[in-house]
Amino acid sequence: MMLPIIWFVLWGVLWAVYFMLDGFDLGLGTLMPFLAKDESDRRVIHRAMGPFWDGNEVWLITAGGVTFAAFPTTYAVMFSGLYSALMLILFALILRGVSLAFRGEVDDPRWRRLWDTGLFLGSFLPALLFGVAFANLFKGLPIDAEGIFQGNLLTLLNPYGLAGGLLFVLLFLHHGSLWLAVKTRGDLHRRAAHLAAKIWPWLTGMAVIFLLASRRWTTLFDNYADQPVLLLIPLVAVAALITVRAFIKRAQWWKAWFASSLTIVGITLFGVVGLFPDLLKSSLNPAYSLTAYNSSSSPLTLKIMLGVALTFVPLVIAYQVWVYFLFKGKVSPEDLAREEGY
Amino acid sequence: MDVLMLSRLQFAAATFFHFLFVPLTLGLSILIAIMETIYVRTGDEDYRRMAKFWGKIFLVNFAVGVVTGITLEFQFGTNWSRYSRYVGDIFGSLLAIEATLAFFLESTFLAVWAFGWNRLSPRSHAACIWLVAFASNLSALWILIANSWMQHPVGYVLRGGRAELSDFVAVITQRFAIQQFFHTVSGAYILAGFFVMGISAYHLRRRQHTAFFTKSFRLALGFALIFSVAEVVQGHLHGAEVAKIQPTKLAAMESLWDTQAGAPMWLLLIPDQAQERNLVEFGRIPDALSMLAYHSSEAVVKGLKDFPQNDRPPVALTFFAFRLMVALGFLFILLTVVGWFKRNKLASSPGYLKVMLYAIPLPYLALEAGWMVAEVGRQPWIVYGLMRTSDAVSPIAAAQVGVTLAAFILIYSLLGAVAFYLMARFARQGPAPAVINPGEVS
Repeated sequence: MMLPIIWFVLWGVLWAVYFMLDGFDLGLGTLMPFLAKDESDRRVIHRAMGPFWDGNEVWLITAGGVTFAAFPTTYAVMFSGLYSALMLILFALILRGVSLAFRGEVDDPRWRRLWDTGLFLGSFLPALLFGVAFANLFKGLPIDAEGIFQGNLLTLLNPYGLAGGLLFVLLFLHHGSLWLAVKTRGDLHRRAAHLAAKIWPWLTGMAVIFLLASRRWTTLFDNYADQPVLLLIPLVAVAALITVRAFIKRAQWWKAWFASSLTIVGITLFGVVGLFPDLLKSSLNPAYSLTAYNSSSSPLTLKIMLGVALTFVPLVIAYQVWVYFLFKGKVSPEDLAREEGY
Repeated sequence: MDVLMLSRLQFAAATFFHFLFVPLTLGLSILIAIMETIYVRTGDEDYRRMAKFWGKIFLVNFAVGVVTGITLEFQFGTNWSRYSRYVGDIFGSLLAIEATLAFFLESTFLAVWAFGWNRLSPRSHAACIWLVAFASNLSALWILIANSWMQHPVGYVLRGGRAELSDFVAVITQRFAIQQFFHTVSGAYILAGFFVMGISAYHLRRRQHTAFFTKSFRLALGFALIFSVAEVVQGHLHGAEVAKIQPTKLAAMESLWDTQAGAPMWLLLIPDQAQERNLVEFGRIPDALSMLAYHSSEAVVKGLKDFPQNDRPPVALTFFAFRLMVALGFLFILLTVVGWFKRNKLASSPGYLKVMLYAIPLPYLALEAGWMVAEVGRQPWIVYGLMRTSDAVSPIAAAQVGVTLAAFILIYSLLGAVAFYLMARFARQGPAPAVINPGEVS
């Protein structure tokens, strides 16, 4: 009985890490049209995520792969049920990836404008849709006894789902502007810092609304009522969000970014822990819900996968941290002048 | 069209498009790693410029390969949910292991390589592209282990209405997987070799950057020659394995209808699946099929009529794809052997160079045809002998899939056009001029 629980937690952690890492890329892509004044700004913003976004995106692939490997029935029902939303996310991520890779390849303003639009759409849509999708997972989907989704894309666009989408967009915009404040100096840095400070109250307001809405429309808090110690998770998320404000005031940008990371991880885990043991809650009948127990792989597969994860995920974290250190400085004019990157 | 046909078309479109980019990644990463290693060892500046020039094309190709790979992983869930539920215990874990072991490594270090020219020592920088080459090939290994399990399921038990893993080692070490891996990556190396030779030939014919492209051409020629020869030998072994474990696929590859000892091979024929016969048969080689499949002219080869009609794959598609792949495979040996004799006088062989330029698409054709044999020839099964493709599709509305199929075709066509436009543009531009001040290198 332990293995499904361990994998449930790992499953939640993988999604949380994905949102924490790719969150700043998606945020940067969304805010670029509003923050960048000229070509130099845009190139700095590209360069601020250039060495990282691809490695960050692999956490999504791993989160998807682990859903498949550890909870195949959930993977099957969830991904086919969320068909249209997922396909939109995938197309958007294709657009995001090639926009980042292709923009600098031809020296022509129209070419660059094309991929700037691509980057915006390819960043904004996944941010919004991941929020919508996860809020709906927290709330429950109309899944019938056969594991068939009795709804469509519009089913997902309910007020709670939209609140989740808005929350994610604000989280990522905030996260991205903090990252930009870390990576830049001068006027762009000031604008990024200013933007982060301006988004903060909206984000905080939205987080409060989302928590209240979760009380109203979901059963997430049931687990917390049973095990009050778990309340630490949302408390850490809220505390982290409050400290972001303090770090912004003191212009400590790395710390502010880390606190924002903790906020994202905390909010994701708040929902995931509240769901337990459901992975896919049925809003039609709790008996139809897919749980860590009734949708998991065999103990042998879970054991092998655990061995693989415990060996290789620390290794992945080690070399990705090394990459962040290798490119840790602020983006400089020399970085832009060199014939590097895509 | 029903949801099954639409989903099959969508998966086929997504796979074939993805596979237009993956082989070049597998092979060119190794060639670039070799170039950069020669630079580190000898200090020959040309090889550094080669790594940069081919690297720029590589990055465009890689980006498209990555973004189109993600949709494949998710499509098992979106479009093949019954399949995913039935075999996820085994198949899903192989995909997850691929991401954890290989894909992280590949993506992370490619970015370090692309952005790290001035931050790493030449040696460490070369190590990054070796890691990319290693990881992308490792990635191919896990994906092909997963595909091989669909071709020849082993190491499982049926329990609780699904296939569950019983022997992990059997799954990852089965002969078919090893064969399929070597067959696919050898093809990829041929493709990368022809790609580099073709673009080099373009410049050599115009007598520009002659030293640079002679070095590129000769490196790629050796690479392509070795793997062209290896591929035919290995392909023969792979075919014998198919004969043993997928008799319907073998019969379709040869369009053999009647079970017989001393089965012949026809160079060319036109299958007629409805009438269970061949319309035209040309170029009979007696006993050849028995020889090739079982190494004995007396061996009995099962014909398609021995299998129920609803267990037979589409014969014409499998047959022609197989013929095309094999013919091209022999052509690659011919072209690289001719190249070997001309290797010291490339500049004065305009005819050969022209042929090599126009040969760039041929390995692409051969590789796609090879996948067609593997996947179409496995039909009507999604997991050979275990689960039918028709039982695997998601219970979703056909209209949904119709919309996304149209979107796939539209987006991938645009994407392909832009990617090949960019690669052709960089290829035509040629390398950046040599660095005047070598102090900038480190």
